[in-house]
Amino acid sequence: MKVRVQLFASYREAVGKEWIEQELPAGARVQDLLESVGACHGLSLSPGRTLVARNLKYVGAETPLEEGDELVLLPPLSGGA
Amino acid sequence: MITRIVQEPIDLGDLVRQVQRPECGAVGTFLGVVREPNLGHRTLTIDYHAFPEMAQKVMAEIAGEAAARWEIGEVAIVHRIGRLAVGEASVAIVVSAPHRQAALEATAYAIEELKKRVPIWKKETFKGGEVWIEGDSAAAPPSDPAGGARGKIRKGRSAG
Repeated sequence: MKVRVQLFASYREAVGKEWIEQELPAGARVQDLLESVGACHGLSLSPGRTLVARNLKYVGAETPLEEGDELVLLPPLSGGA
Repeated sequence: MITRIVQEPIDLGDLVRQVQRPECGAVGTFLGVVREPNLGHRTLTIDYHAFPEMAQKVMAEIAGEAAARWEIGEVAIVHRIGRLAVGEASVAIVVSAPHRQAALEATAYAIEELKKRVPIWKKETFKGGEVWIEGDSAAAPPSDPAGGARGKIRKGRSAG
């Protein structure tokens, strides 16, 4: 299946794109997406540091993905002062 | 409640006036300001980047949680994005309440939750390079490789 992935901050800068598409095996979960995007684009992604959102909500590493999903990959947050 | 991502300077006095209510005898405020040095660098500027739609949504959730947990009048959470110089305010939390304890506790809750949950990042420019700050730089000393803020330093790039 194919999902669309939006990148922010250091991830976007490292890849040079805001949106990428990722091909994943059927039944893939969020953690599989992190491994796959990390390997394809040379990013250091891990469930402990990378945040993933779908429909403006954070989703956990075990969340199953579906064809056509739009996911957002967020580096560790550093808002505030 | 007032929750905003803004490009212009934050006017704390204006926010205080906006949250004040006749029945509220306390206004708690927190102002986060760009400092230098940070992580051992002489900071020149910090660029704040946001995922605006989600940041706005999470800030509203935090404001709602504060209103549910404490007896408060009104709450304002405002984060500035774009390029800020040392001394400029990046974030303001302002909470009015009938009594001071609720105002102060709700203010502290809102800034702590903002730092954990609101999708905003900062990129620091210092003399000789720039670095994405990843994580809370107050959470652990920068020498601790297991925690706290990290950054990927790109030396030799000028402030653009």
